[in-house]
Order: sequence, then C-alpha cells, then structure tokens
Amino acid sequence: MPEPVIQARFRVDYAGFSLAVDLELSGRSVTALFGPSGCGKTTLLRCVAGLIRAPGGRMRLNGEVWQDDHAGIWVPTHRRSLGMVFQEASLFSHLSVQKNLEFGMKRTPSASGQELDAVVKLLDIRPLLARKPAHLSGGERQRVAIGRALLVRPSLLLMDEPLASLDATRKLEILPYIERLRDEVKVPILYVSHSLDEVAQLADHLVLLNAGKVVVSGPLGPSLARLDLPTAYGDDAGALIQAVVGEQDERYQLTRIDFAGGSLWVGRVERPSGAPVRARVHARDVSVALTPPVGTSILNVLPAELTQISDAGPDRVHLQLQIGSGGSLLLARITRRSRDVLGLVPGMRVYAQVKGIALM
Amino acid sequence: MSSSDLSTLWLTLKLASVVTVLLLLVGTPIAWWLARTSSRWKGPVGAIVALPLVLPPTVLGFYLLLLLGPHGPIGQLTSWLGLGLLPFTFWGLCVGSVVYSLPFVVQPIQNAFEATGQRPLEVAATLRASPWDSFFTVAVPLAAPGFVTASILGFAHTVGEFGVVLMLGGNIPGETRVVSVQIYDHVEAMEYGRAHGLSLLMVVFSFSILLVLYARRSRALDA
Repeated sequence: MPEPVIQARFRVDYAGFSLAVDLELSGRSVTALFGPSGCGKTTLLRCVAGLIRAPGGRMRLNGEVWQDDHAGIWVPTHRRSLGMVFQEASLFSHLSVQKNLEFGMKRTPSASGQELDAVVKLLDIRPLLARKPAHLSGGERQRVAIGRALLVRPSLLLMDEPLASLDATRKLEILPYIERLRDEVKVPILYVSHSLDEVAQLADHLVLLNAGKVVVSGPLGPSLARLDLPTAYGDDAGALIQAVVGEQDERYQLTRIDFAGGSLWVGRVERPSGAPVRARVHARDVSVALTPPVGTSILNVLPAELTQISDAGPDRVHLQLQIGSGGSLLLARITRRSRDVLGLVPGMRVYAQVKGIALM
Repeated sequence: MSSSDLSTLWLTLKLASVVTVLLLLVGTPIAWWLARTSSRWKGPVGAIVALPLVLPPTVLGFYLLLLLGPHGPIGQLTSWLGLGLLPFTFWGLCVGSVVYSLPFVVQPIQNAFEATGQRPLEVAATLRASPWDSFFTVAVPLAAPGFVTASILGFAHTVGEFGVVLMLGGNIPGETRVVSVQIYDHVEAMEYGRAHGLSLLMVVFSFSILLVLYARRSRALDA
C-alpha cells in the first residue's frame, strides 16, 4: 500500500487575518497543528474539512481530490471521507447517545454493527448509550463525540482542540482514549492544539503555525528541542524523549527507561520490558554542572554536550544538550548569571541534572 | 347555542387549522432564510413579514382585496388559472389569514433556528448528512419548541382575527362567517345573551392557549 498523503494548499484572507499554507503530510500518524490563538490552525482544519471554501485552494487525501479550484473540483463536506471532533462535543441534544453514534453510521454504507460495538468498547461508553447528552459530563460527551466521528469510518480524523473545553481532570480522562485511537484504530489524525504537553503526548509530527504561516513542519522530537522556534519560549518548553522500558527496580519501585544515548530512572512503570514510552522533560526541570555532581539527591545525571545557547527572557537562557552520541536532545533553562559564572559556551561537556520527568 | 353559532365555530376551527398548516409551509423557509442569510435583503424582508404586527387589519384587508380582486394581479392570475376570484370565499380568507398571522409563525421559528446556530449542521455534514438531510433530521428537530410555539400562536391568532375577515371575507354563513364576526352580528342585533356565550368561549380558549404557552416557556427556562 502506498504511503497515505495529505496535500493541503490554502489561502484565506479575512480582514485582519490571513492564512497561507502549502503542506504535504504523511497520513500515517498524528499530526499536531500547533500555535497560539489566532494563528489559523482551526481555519486550516476547517478548510481541510470543507467547512470553509478557500478560493483557489487544493486539498488531496491519498490521491483523492477534495478541492482543486483550478480544475473546478469541489467535494462538499458530507461526501468527504473524514470524521471531525469539535472543541465542544456538539452532540445532537435531541438524540440519545446511541442515536448520536448511529447518526453518521447510518449514512455510511460500509459501516457495520460490529464496529459500533468495538467503538463503544474502545471508549467505554456502553453505560451511557440510553442517555441524552444533557445528562453526560463534559468528558463523557467528548468520548461520545469521538466515537461518533470514528463510526463514519473516516480516512482522516480531524480534531479541533478536543480537550480545550475540559478541566485538567477531564483532560487526563480523555487523553488515554485518544492515545488508543492512535495506537489501535490507526486512523491518521490532524490534531489542533495550543497545549504543548498535549502535543508532546499524542503527536508524531508537528506543524507549527504562526500568524497564518507554517513556521515548521517536521518530526515532533527534534522540532521540540529546537531553540529557534516559539515552542521553546513558553513555560512548558521542553524536550521529548522516545524511550523503551528497561530494568525494574523492585526495592525502590523505580523503572529505568532507555533511549538513544542514555537512560533515566523514573517512578515505577507497569509495562513490560521493551514497551515504548514517551518521556517529556521540561526545560525548567533540567540544570547543568561542569563536574559530575557528588552528594546530590538528583537521581538522573547525564553526561552531555552543550550544542546551543539562546536567550529565553531577560534573566534566563535556554541550553540545548545532546545526550551521548545517539542524538537525543534535552533542553535546560538556567539563569543568565549561571551561564556567565560557569562560562558556558557551545561545544563544552557538561552534566545535565534532570529533576522531573513526565511519562506519557 | 344555536346551529348557526355552532357552524361558525366549526368554520373558525377549520379555517385556523388550514391556515396553521399553510403558515408552517410558507413560514418555515422564510424563517430559515432570515436566520441564515447575511444578504442585505434580510432587513427589508424581515420588516415586510412583521408589517401585520403594526398595520390596522383594515389596511391589510383593503390591499388584499385589491390584489386578489378582479383588477389585481393576483386576482387576474387566479382567474387565468381557472380558480376564480378569492375575495369573499373560504380560500380568500385563508390567504388573508396567512399574511395576517405570518409574523407570529416566522419569528419563533427564526429565533429557534438562530439559537441552534451553525454548529450542529456542520457536525451533521461531517457525519455524511446532505444539506436537505440535516435540515430535516437536525435543524427542524432542534427547533421543535419554536415550531410548537409558532403553531399555537398562528392557530390562536387566526381564531382571533376580525378586521381582515370582514374586509376580505364578508359575512357569508358557512363560507366566511367566523366566530368573531358572529359575535359582532349578535351585538349589532342586541342579542347580548348569544354574544356572551361565544365571547366567553373565546376568553376561555385564549386564556388556555396562553397558559399552555407560558407554562412551556417557564419549563424551558428551568431545563
């Protein structure tokens, strides 16, 4: 089977806002459309869905043309093989959960009852089937909305900040389900978000948008470790390390995770050895020392090469650190004063002290 | 109650039922268009629909009489189609009542469509529903309370009309003589007792209708 491909070229001009993108994306994975409010990420998604018709635009999925204004082709939204999850669940309030799920299914000739069962199971929504949307929590509604979108057997799933209207607890409730979609359903997903942590957890590919333009489109890990991108500016800046579960330490209830160039000890992970894990290391949780620290409580100290330094505010700088020779990158945020006191310049050998790791 | 009173009651109910159905058929597309359009004609069309709210029914009846009469464009059209002339017939009364009650039907439906917004229709489109499909399976059911209010108001307002009926329908027993006209006749003939019977019935009917409407509204607010 050829590699699925999304080709999208749109120009939208409103008063005070413009979007101009020309993207070619692998349709095998989760692609995050990331950027600040007003950067055009939702507009881009709506263009892909056909909810906005950008004049002169072009949109192809796996060679199927959805829009090509030069050739006079326009496929309306309801004939596109896509599913969409909106920021608010937008369930049909006059229908039960079951009827909501069946709404798109009934209009998709190839859908089957078995799939309904599988989706209901995947999202744990069986107890909700008879209820009306008004009697569901925000997180439950969003799970139903995701199920409803899956049941039209989309070739592409569009998710427009599906977690943004939920509080932190509900987010944690939904995230695992979206991970399951990624790992089990294997439908390509375009995921709009303004939360870097969400993106780090879910995505494989990052499209960074700013003021209607694509700043970068690349694999997630290396993109997050770049210091020249706006992703490095926020408080949640940090690197993403793709690791696998290594040794378990029964006595101290710790787990070692291994990645190209090194390993880290983290709180116990109940997964078999060799299982993939994503570790998010925030720049604010990494400090550096010139000599191997002694008498420290910090568990994870990694020898590293300082590859880049850049300003991160009036008083701080960001460091990009390469761990071992394997290419895994970390970011560290330190004060400008520490940089001068330690005399840090690119090329130096340092020891990265990692204080906190978020596993996902 | 005399048999002529009963026949006016029956005619009134028949007229209001037919008119309510016609109002929903005519009013729904207008309400839909007014709720969605950003055309510059939205203001003028909305104002024309609302005119019967402020115009004296006699003015409305007068112009309808001219339009539907033998020299009016609609009158000539209906003659040409072999339908004859509408004034002073039951169907002429229906046409007049539809115009007269249109704002009472269009506005609740329009409000309901506007409250529903664009989003449910976008969702329906991403779930493979064509525009017609989503109109009937999403937009209309979501606007159902608006349709109920519109039907009740349209029906009740048609039962209560007088001016347009008199101008356009006259006073033909069994054809155009409705309750309000019959009451007028009783009063003119100094038959206060008979006028009381029908009038009281109208008061009870109108009160019940409004009671139902307001109860619905407060329930909707509670929900």
